[in-house]
Parts: sequence; structure tokens; C-alpha cells
Amino acid sequence: MSASDEPVLALEALERVHGSGEQAVRALGPIDLTVARGEFVAVMGPSGSGKSTLLALAGALDDPTGGRVCVHGHDLARLSARDLAALRRRSIGYVFQDLNLLPGLSALENVALPLELDGVRQRHARAEALATLQRVRIDHLAARFPDDLSGGERQRVAIARAIVGPRTLMLADEPTGALDSVTGERVMRLLRGACDDGRSVVLVTHDASHAAWADRVLHLRDGLWFEPAVADAAARFDGVGS
Amino acid sequence: MTIRNSLLALLAEQPAHGYGLKSAFEQRTAGTWSLNVGQVYTTLTRLERDGLVEPAAGGEGQKQTWRITDAGRTVLRDWLDAPVLADPPPRDELVLKVLLATATDSIDLGPILHSQRVATLERLQRLTRLKAKADPDQELAWTLLLDALVLDAQAQIQWLDLCEARIAERDR
Repeated sequence: MSASDEPVLALEALERVHGSGEQAVRALGPIDLTVARGEFVAVMGPSGSGKSTLLALAGALDDPTGGRVCVHGHDLARLSARDLAALRRRSIGYVFQDLNLLPGLSALENVALPLELDGVRQRHARAEALATLQRVRIDHLAARFPDDLSGGERQRVAIARAIVGPRTLMLADEPTGALDSVTGERVMRLLRGACDDGRSVVLVTHDASHAAWADRVLHLRDGLWFEPAVADAAARFDGVGS
Repeated sequence: MTIRNSLLALLAEQPAHGYGLKSAFEQRTAGTWSLNVGQVYTTLTRLERDGLVEPAAGGEGQKQTWRITDAGRTVLRDWLDAPVLADPPPRDELVLKVLLATATDSIDLGPILHSQRVATLERLQRLTRLKAKADPDQELAWTLLLDALVLDAQAQIQWLDLCEARIAERDR
């Protein structure tokens, strides 16, 4: 299998159980999921269906109790802590409702941070951060601090931070939660555009109008796929956004 | 009534002949609601009888051109000013199907709700693809129409989710 047709993300018999014995609560799985390069997958389900657990496991923010997570063919459980941290920084972008922008840093500095942490020189990191802010059309806000930005602007900074550099996998958890419809749609367009640039997106949401931006929509119920994938491979987006 | 008022709205912009009205209507609604030309002529005849439109002099070739009268403008104004409230609401086949099925013990609603959800979601994906390509600055009417259809499909999916949740609670 060559690097280009290797799945960006592969979840294999993935399971997460909280507690043990009679107290054990199964939050997820076992489930499988494969996400190809440039693919946009949406996972829908009600609260408690396991969507956020799935995303946390895929992003190495939580450890599975069974099965495995592979990103670009690397089994996350077999990486050293150091390699895992590097993979998370270099390959995975997170867009969560709770944005975690650092209030003491400007928009530009927030976006440049993951690159700088990865050893990219400040000047290069900032140039690349600025180019990414341009892509999400908020480069004019580069010097502003998070507190001086609107909700939609902050969300775009968060997306810029998630896609800056060579990141290939974006994980988004209800990223439009607090935004009005027009701004929310703009965020979905950005995620769509990121896929059209060859990145992959996994979005978890309970909002069908957001899931509809994906190539594939999957349904979770009680931690398991509800039905075989509702896939429509022939109906891929063609060159939207960017 | 909707067709009558739509024709008045189109004629308020400029005089037109029957076929032109059909094309303009379909263009405005991006082909979502087609209009047969016979329907246009019947409606125009009725509008003329009621004094809301009148033949205009000098059309293209043989075709009769129509224009709106002052009385027509008043009727149009009243239509635009009055909120639209369907009472009773129009019959919704899906709602009816689910209501009737819930009353029947032998029917398992789960698969029915889910196959509907999948179908509506596919429709929503198609609409979203169209929306992704639409430019709201250049194609406002088309974008607004897509917005309406998207919200409609979204509401339907939300309702299906709610049906599922309520049935699960009842059966718990």
C-alpha cells in the first residue's frame, strides 16, 4: 500500500469501556471506521451515543480499552509518548466547541503556536500562520486578541490553527455550536474547503444540516454504528471552496 | 391563489406574455416549481375578468402581452403585506404515515424512521452541494430557496430524531 492510498485514519474494533466488572459502562464499540485522504466523514447521534468518545480516541486524547487507532498507518498505542505528541502536533488538527485559544496571544500567535512548538522558526511559523489566516479570510484580524474577536472570528482562528502546517486530519466536535446560521455555514465551508485541499475531516454533530456537508454520514446509537454506512460514494463534492 | 399572486408580482415588474410569465416564474424559483403554460393562460383570463390585469398594446409579434392594473397592484400589495399562515396546516404525508403507524402495535417504527432519515439526509446532502456552489451575492433568490429547502429537510430529520427518542422513552 503506498502512502497516498493508505487511510489517514483507521479505527479497528475500537472500544472504550468505563469502569470494570458489574459497574462497567460501554461508551463505544467495538466499531470500525476508515477515512481516506480528502474525505469528509460526519458522525451523527444523540447525546450519549459515543460521538465525542470516538473523536477523543481518534485524536489520542483518550485511550481505548480495546482495538486500535491508526493515523497514517501508525498504531497510536505503539508510539512512544514523544512520538505520539509529535504526531498529534503535526498530523491532527482539533476544532472543538471549547476553542482553547490562548487569551494572551494574538490570533496570529495562536495559529503559529503549534508550528513553533514543533521547532519551526518563529519567522517561518508566523509567515505560514498569516498565510493560513488569509485562507480563512481573517488575516486582517491577525493582531487581535481572542477577547476582541466575535464568536465566528474566534472559530475561524481555531480552524486556521487546526489546518496550519502539514496537518492532514481534522477532528471537529460540534464546531458551530454557539454560532448563528450564516456564520456556522461559513465554518462548514472552511471544513469542506480543507477536504478539497486533500485534508480529511471527521465531524461529530447532531445537526443534520452540518452533517450534510460531508461525503459520508454515519449514525451512532449506544456506541455502535446504527446501520451500515449511509454512503454515497458517487456523490462526492467536486471542487467546492478553497 | 399562489399562482395568481405570483403572476401579479411578475407583471408588476414589467408587462409580459403568457409564455414569458411561465419562464420568469420558473427562473425565479430555479425550476423547483414548474408551471404549465395552460395554467398561466387560465389564470390570466381570470385575472382579466376580475380587472387585475389588462391586455397591453404592442407585444412581441402575435403574442398577447399583459400588464397589471391599479386594482391588481392593490391585491398584490395586500398579499405581500399579509403574513402567510396555513390553517389548518397542509397535510404532510410523512407525519400522517408515522401517526398512523404508531397507532398500530404490529408495526416496528424504528426501520421506517431510519430509512426516512437516510433518504432525507441524502436529499439534504444534494441541496448542500448546490448551496456550496451558489454565490449568495450573485444569486440571492436561488440561495434563499436552497436555504428554505435545507431547513425543511433539517426540520424533518430533527422530527424523526424526536419520534425515535419519544418512542424509546415510552418503551423503556
